[in-house]
Amino acid sequence: MDNNALYGEILDLLENDARMSVEDIAVMTGVSADRVREAIAHMEQEKIIVKYAAITNREKVASEEAEALIEVKVIPKRGQGYDDLAERIYGFDEVKAVYLMSGTYDLSVIVHAKSMKQISKFVFEKLAVLEGVASTVTHFIMRKYKEQGVILSAKEPEERLVISP
Amino acid sequence: MTMDNKVARRIRDVPPSGIRKFFDIASEMKDCISLGVGEPDFDTPWNIRESAIYSLEAGKTHYTSNHGSTELRKAILHYLDMRFGLKYDLNQIVVTVGASEALDLAFRAIIDPGDEVLIPLPSYVAYMPGVSFAGGVPVSMHLQECDNFRITPEALTAALTPKTKAIVVAFPNNPTGAIMTKEDYEKIADIIIEHDLVVISDEIYAELTYGTPHFSIAALPGMAERTIVINGFSKAFAMTGFRLGYAAGPKPLLDAMVKIHQYSMLCASSMSQEAGIEALKSECANDFAQVKKMTAEYNRRRRLMYAGFNEMGLTCFEPLGAFYIFPNISKTGLNADEFCTRLLYEKKVACVPGTAFGDGLDNFIRCSYASSLDNLKEALRRIKSFVESL
Repeated sequence: MDNNALYGEILDLLENDARMSVEDIAVMTGVSADRVREAIAHMEQEKIIVKYAAITNREKVASEEAEALIEVKVIPKRGQGYDDLAERIYGFDEVKAVYLMSGTYDLSVIVHAKSMKQISKFVFEKLAVLEGVASTVTHFIMRKYKEQGVILSAKEPEERLVISP
Repeated sequence: MTMDNKVARRIRDVPPSGIRKFFDIASEMKDCISLGVGEPDFDTPWNIRESAIYSLEAGKTHYTSNHGSTELRKAILHYLDMRFGLKYDLNQIVVTVGASEALDLAFRAIIDPGDEVLIPLPSYVAYMPGVSFAGGVPVSMHLQECDNFRITPEALTAALTPKTKAIVVAFPNNPTGAIMTKEDYEKIADIIIEHDLVVISDEIYAELTYGTPHFSIAALPGMAERTIVINGFSKAFAMTGFRLGYAAGPKPLLDAMVKIHQYSMLCASSMSQEAGIEALKSECANDFAQVKKMTAEYNRRRRLMYAGFNEMGLTCFEPLGAFYIFPNISKTGLNADEFCTRLLYEKKVACVPGTAFGDGLDNFIRCSYASSLDNLKEALRRIKSFVESL
């Protein structure tokens, strides 16, 4: 297996289970543990593997925490485009993700905070007042059905026959 | 008054399935991990299920042509050509209720009383009874672990008699995971032609190979004319419950199969056919992305199981297709039935003894890796501790 194919295989496995051991990965990809270790080290160094994080379902712990998707319309600056403003926005701790979008608005900003009130406060105190921000539309996330490819409220799958030919 | 003697002799004479006993015990057992499941653990991809739902809403709930819907047969033609280089006309395809029906049709279409049909062993449980039910005589062709469970000219020649009418080939194979390459088929093709045999090729696991892509015997020169290719949607697209399969082959044989099909089954379920159209069209257009994803996952588990069994000293043949592994347990001193029974009672792991897949397969057990990684790891741990306790 060439390196790129191996990287792809390892990423598939780690994206599904970041805690999988090097030994298990080695068995499942059919290469030595040392080679897997090297490959992972390389990908960590190159920031191909950015971080090992858990996918969580916070709704299950009593919590007032809230998340919102904010559409931001921007007046881009000459010579800097959107990057300068994006940088000013992603600097805030509350901001979990920022994407430049095609379509009717420019920046998509995902914000996470202790409560809906705090998110509102963040929008009118920090975000809407930034120079270059023309307008914002805030959408609170009411329920998460699927996160990073995982269905959060998955029903138990139908049982298969215990033994079949 | 007993009705026992009213059962037709050829049905009575077929022994009950060797799987039944384990099924009954394992079904009642809590915390049992089953490596006995012969179907994918993936759900049917959503786009396929959604198209079946839509077909109901759209009222596509009528009979289709006996051959199967034209759109589905066109999709099958395209698929067989694209994947395996097999070329057929629309009237050389029949869509059936699972590959199982196609198999039954093939046997019934060609067998006269007393005709012999060669069955490679180990193999899927339905071939022998299928031949018997059709009034034929199934003849075992014993394949060896040292030959990688492939059909050799020697094994074939040894089983031939003047009464041999057909041969079943079934690769990738359930239960061994063996495959046959083009070269392997070339070695037996001349013998098949010389004895003028019909070939029934069960290719239901064709999409599930690891390393060497599937080769259909019908793609060899002179073979399409005498081969009934049987395939279906169950394993490649995780659609077992849809019961959708098909056969393709020379027109005289296909016509005969359709004659039986039209009187016994009429047509396969129309909503399953709609789902089949979506499965083939979306995958053909999308470079088989979903199939590849499932195969990649099976391949990882395959390596895990292969390494696991070898590590605990149960040497095993490396499977190159399907989702089964067939370890040799002769080292343990137990026969397959004892091994599986004790493993089930003592460690709560269900496997299927090799004897279910043919006489004399006392040294083997079949383990399916169509199960989650966590289940497989735990099962390997339990089997290892069982083997160490012997």
